[in-house]
Amino acid sequence: MALLEIRNVTRRFGSYTAVDNVSIDVEAGEFFTLLGPSGCGKTTLLRMIAGFDLPDSGQILLDGKDMVGIPPEKRPVHTVFQTYALFPHMTVADNIAFPLKMAGKAPQEIKKRVNELLERVHLPNFGNRFPHELSGGQKQRVAFARGLVNRPRLLLLDEPLGALDAKLREEMQIELINLQKEIGITFIFVTHAQDEALALSHRIAVMNRGNVEQIDEPSKIYSTPRNHFVADFIGKISVMNAAVMEAVPSHLKLAIEGLGEVTAPAREGVEVGDKGVLAIRPEQVRISHPSNESQLKNHFRGKVHDFLYVGDVTTYIVELVNGAYIEALLPNSAPGRAKFFEVDDEVTISWRHDAGIFLND
Amino acid sequence: MKRGNLWLWSAAALVYAFLYIPLIIVVLYSFNDSRLNAEWVGFTLFWYKALFNNTEMLLAARNSLIIALCTSFCATLLGTMAGLAIHRYKLKVLPVLVFTPVAMPEILLGVSILLFFLQVLNFTLGMVSIIIAHTTFCIGFVAIIVRARLQGMDESIFEAARDLGASPWQTFRLVTLPLIMPAVVAGALMSFTLSIDDFVITFFTKGVGEPILPIQIYTMIKVAVTPEVNAISTLLMLLTLIMISMAARLESSSSSEGSAKPRKTAKQAAK
Repeated sequence: MALLEIRNVTRRFGSYTAVDNVSIDVEAGEFFTLLGPSGCGKTTLLRMIAGFDLPDSGQILLDGKDMVGIPPEKRPVHTVFQTYALFPHMTVADNIAFPLKMAGKAPQEIKKRVNELLERVHLPNFGNRFPHELSGGQKQRVAFARGLVNRPRLLLLDEPLGALDAKLREEMQIELINLQKEIGITFIFVTHAQDEALALSHRIAVMNRGNVEQIDEPSKIYSTPRNHFVADFIGKISVMNAAVMEAVPSHLKLAIEGLGEVTAPAREGVEVGDKGVLAIRPEQVRISHPSNESQLKNHFRGKVHDFLYVGDVTTYIVELVNGAYIEALLPNSAPGRAKFFEVDDEVTISWRHDAGIFLND
Repeated sequence: MKRGNLWLWSAAALVYAFLYIPLIIVVLYSFNDSRLNAEWVGFTLFWYKALFNNTEMLLAARNSLIIALCTSFCATLLGTMAGLAIHRYKLKVLPVLVFTPVAMPEILLGVSILLFFLQVLNFTLGMVSIIIAHTTFCIGFVAIIVRARLQGMDESIFEAARDLGASPWQTFRLVTLPLIMPAVVAGALMSFTLSIDDFVITFFTKGVGEPILPIQIYTMIKVAVTPEVNAISTLLMLLTLIMISMAARLESSSSSEGSAKPRKTAKQAAK
């Protein structure tokens, strides 16, 4: 039995459906992420798990017990808020002790647990400070400690890294992974940042307009997105309109308008005549001088339209003969050279027959 | 630029002079060794001594203090609850109901409360009726201050308390109340000053019994403006000034920070 079972949960605000018949199972010990653009319903779902909001229909079961009707303070679920929500009139130690006090723990045990957690989040001498005396990253750590101290069955994290700058965010991501591994508490993490979701999670549920589009491991979500939305939302991807000409267990043959024939990996449920898009990740696309005749079946001529140099890699945007654009990623691993191609250079674009993915409309 | 500044400064000086010179004169003449408010004769504390021997005046002051304390207590209790309710339930009619008495002309409030007491409730006028009347118009002020404090605060702090295991009552006692405390105290001080020097509503609701300070002062100057009136006015002014500046300090510390710095404010207040 899963630790948390969300069964057909729907939540409407007036005529707007924030969460639409969503079902998710989260296993004990998992780092599970709800990922989606703002307004996709991920925060509403989180609030229903915490008990701040109630579903209009459906069930939320924790350890097999229906949570609907149980107030937030009676649920073995704690939340780390986006704004940290530390109590400004209490010291760091009192903040962390709060859930233990509410649970009626003995003073000695409270002291021991608070010190243990301060140690664990690398703030051993900060117990007597007030929240306003801490930096953003330190506040964040105190919020984690406070959420974990009473060992909830489930820790909910509502975009907790959103307010931190990029460098600190990466540090906190690593700390978060370690913290979850050491303590073994199940995390449900909400974010709109796909890189964060990919880096942290065991599994991701990609949400859009109140629906779950796909639940999978990060690598599966990235390599085999179920539909156009997931492909587009996770990482960069180029898409071209395509129609299925041949569908056999080993591969698909696609016709791309104005370009020609392309071989793509087989996919269940795809039939001849289906229309959709061929989606391909920039790092799977090879870009070379037209003189180097490509060995790959999928290769086309194009012209460099633009490029984006970001240090470690350069992204080339290539215009194909049919007017479509495709992105190709070239690592700048060779010393000294910053760019290999200029705008308007003629190039050859190619990719392996098992790269790319056909997505139905 | 310079010229404009000069005009601006003189205009400001005139306005402030108009506001404060009468008050300064009252204070000065309370120390004047003369029965007439005409010319400066010499310094004396005689009028203050006379004041403290005036039993009628002392009784009036005592009554006013009791009324102000009771009003402050009741208005703070009810006003805080009203402020919390207005903040929590986004009902449009609620703020209108609570804040309207603040904007109402006092004379109207006075007359209507008087009629309500006499004709509807058949209530004997006295200290209790004054306290009830004062409380009705002070609630709105407290509610405004408490609501303003709540508006500046991060809502998730209260959710965090519930989330971490606090019941609604524990959340109020351990988180909400300590955080709105500066506003609650400011509201209490404000109610106290509003009550102690209120004339119009007191006049309508006092009945014929006990003497009340503002009414007593008015009765005294009907005869003549003696330096004794100046003395009591000076004392009243001093009390009001202390209260208002404390309230202002609390209010500014609460609204400017949102998440107050408790230790620092306490230190500043001690200075």
